Amino acid sequence: MLDDLDRRILRHMQGDAEQSIPDLAATLGMTPTRLSRRLDKLREAGVLLGSRVVIDWHALGYTVEVSLRVTLEKANPRAFDEFIAKAREIPEVLEIQTFLGQVDVRLSVIARDMAHYQQIYRSAILTLPHISDIEALMHVARIKTNESLPI
Amino acid sequence: MSDLDVIDFALLKALSRDANQSAGALGRKLGLSQPATWRRIKRLQDLGIITGRRLELDREKLGFGVTVFLGVKLGTKGRVSLEDFERAVCAIPEVQTVEHVLGLYDYRLRVTARDIADFERVLRRRVMLLPGVGSVDANVLLSEERRPGPLG
Repeated sequence: MLDDLDRRILRHMQGDAEQSIPDLAATLGMTPTRLSRRLDKLREAGVLLGSRVVIDWHALGYTVEVSLRVTLEKANPRAFDEFIAKAREIPEVLEIQTFLGQVDVRLSVIARDMAHYQQIYRSAILTLPHISDIEALMHVARIKTNESLPI
Repeated sequence: MSDLDVIDFALLKALSRDANQSAGALGRKLGLSQPATWRRIKRLQDLGIITGRRLELDREKLGFGVTVFLGVKLGTKGRVSLEDFERAVCAIPEVQTVEHVLGLYDYRLRVTARDIADFERVLRRRVMLLPGVGSVDANVLLSEERRPGPLG
C-alpha cells in the first residue's frame, strides 16, 4: 500500500515530470538514494508505469482535431474488436476509447487542415466496419490538460 | 514542419513511448552520438514540438477506479461568461481535462473518481453547481489506448 510519502512523491512528479532525482529529492527533503529506492518500489508495484513526452501536434502542422463518437451495430458480437483493429491502422487516430453509455467508441483524430480531415473521414473513417452512427465534436481549445490524479 | 527528418520522427516516436531513455541509449539505437541526439531533442523542445512529459500511473492501483467523460452544454449562453465556467471547472481536482468543443456540447470533461458513489458526489456537488451548466451527458470509460500518431 502507498503511504503519505509515496503520495507526496507522485504528486510532485505529476506536477513536474521533468525534475531530476536530486532536485526532486531536495524539494521533498530526502536523500536521492532514498527517493530512488522509493521510485523503484513504485515501479515494482506497477503503480509507476513510466513517462512519455507530450507532442504538440499543432506545432507539427496538424491544426484540426476532431473527436468522433461512434455507435456500433451491436447485433454483431465481433463489432468492437473488428472496428478497433481497423481503427488502429489509421495513423491520424491518436486515441481509441471504449465506453459504457450512449457512445460505444471514441476516436481522437488529427488532420493538417479541413481538406485533409475530409479526406481521412471519407477514405478511412467511413470505411471502418460496423458503424451505425457517428457524431463529431471539433476541438476549439484545450483548457486543462495535465491529466493529474488527485492523489 | 518540413525541416524535420526521419531521425527526428524516430526520436519523437521513441520518446512518446518512453521518455526515460537517455540520449546515449537513444542515440545508439538511431546511429547518433550522444551529443547529437541531445541537440536534436533540445531542438524539438525549442520548436515547441515536445512540450513536456506526462507521468504514466496505474489509476486503479492508486484507487481511482472510475473515469467518466462528461459532455457539458452551457445553459444560459451569452449571459454566463465562458471564463467563469472555465476557471471554476479547472479548479475541481477530479476534473483531469477540459476541452472546449464545437458540436453537440460546449465542453468535454474527463473526470476521475474512486468509484461510482464518489463520481456521483463530484457530479452533484461540483459539476452540476458550476456557473452556467445546462445539460450534462456522461459516458463511463471502459478502456483506452493511445496511438503513436502520424510520425512516419
